[in-house]
Amino acid sequence: MVQGFLILLFCQLLGECLVTWLAVSIPGSVVGMILLLVGLMIYKKVPDGLRSTSEGLLKILPLLLVPAGVGLMRYFGVLSAYWYQLLIILFVSTLVTMLVVAALLRLMSQEKHEEGH
Amino acid sequence: MHWSHFQTLPVLWLVVTLAVFLVASWFNARMGKTPFLHPVLVSLSLIIVVLLATETDYETYMLGGQYIHLLLGPAVVALAIPLYDNLATVKRLLIPLVVGCVSGAIVASVSAIMLGMWFGLSDQLLLTLAPKSVTSPIAIAIAEKIGGFPSLAAGLVLITGAIGCVIAPLVYRLLRIEDESVKGFVLGVGAHAMGTAFAFEYGMVAGAFGGLAMGMTGAFTAFFLPILIPIIGL
Repeated sequence: MVQGFLILLFCQLLGECLVTWLAVSIPGSVVGMILLLVGLMIYKKVPDGLRSTSEGLLKILPLLLVPAGVGLMRYFGVLSAYWYQLLIILFVSTLVTMLVVAALLRLMSQEKHEEGH
Repeated sequence: MHWSHFQTLPVLWLVVTLAVFLVASWFNARMGKTPFLHPVLVSLSLIIVVLLATETDYETYMLGGQYIHLLLGPAVVALAIPLYDNLATVKRLLIPLVVGCVSGAIVASVSAIMLGMWFGLSDQLLLTLAPKSVTSPIAIAIAEKIGGFPSLAAGLVLITGAIGCVIAPLVYRLLRIEDESVKGFVLGVGAHAMGTAFAFEYGMVAGAFGGLAMGMTGAFTAFFLPILIPIIGL
């Protein structure tokens, strides 16, 4: 448990140092995730402690989002002024995104089938 | 003990958050796991009601809430484990997966920013909209980094997730998608973790592809937005 948590925090720390040092606006935790992935690819397995800690954290991930979500209370002004524009944007943008991805994947899987024949 | 003192106890808000979340999860399960009553949406609404009713401001709530929020960082790092577990699939389908998630990430944020510009929204609001298709922990981190409103980004991400789950079946019918892995992947790119949870209803393969798409899209967007934003002059 402790060992797994140490690995996660250490990767995050490395990530934070890297983005500060390179002066880029990428979240340190995302860089930490990539670093851990590369580390696992080199090590070729997931240490037991790391797996149990990570699965525990990911299981409660929705709970971890709640405090940030409660911060919405500070944006009631913005929300009441723009709620319908925001809803339209989210709806149209999500629809277009899904259509584009689905169409591209269908096209590529068709090409693969034709190659197979 | 006086309320004004009680209110500043960090452990009070930890207890409230955990208790409300458990109730919200139970309620969501009772309602057939509908994305519109997602436990996170229900929890944050109930907690906001409690805070308003007790005249507690967000800063006071975060005296306790910060300890839960702190765990988001290592949780994002932990997303590397499901990605590693699916590495064989990634390697086998590398090109379609990369094309799908890169184009999805670009279309999602560019279309949201363009529509927002068309509606005349402020720059900070546009920066908040940009990571809306990305899983919340990464979206919050992105919004913090690029200068949006992190909490609002979290809310928009959740609404996007709910919308995505509702329109996904429509998209499949429109484009006659029957492949389970494609269904899962589309949900993961467009509707992040909520889409992934929804994809598991189609089967394990769809769920695995959803998770994969969510992780790849999140990581790519984090790298891509800092490059895109100066280009469009935000």
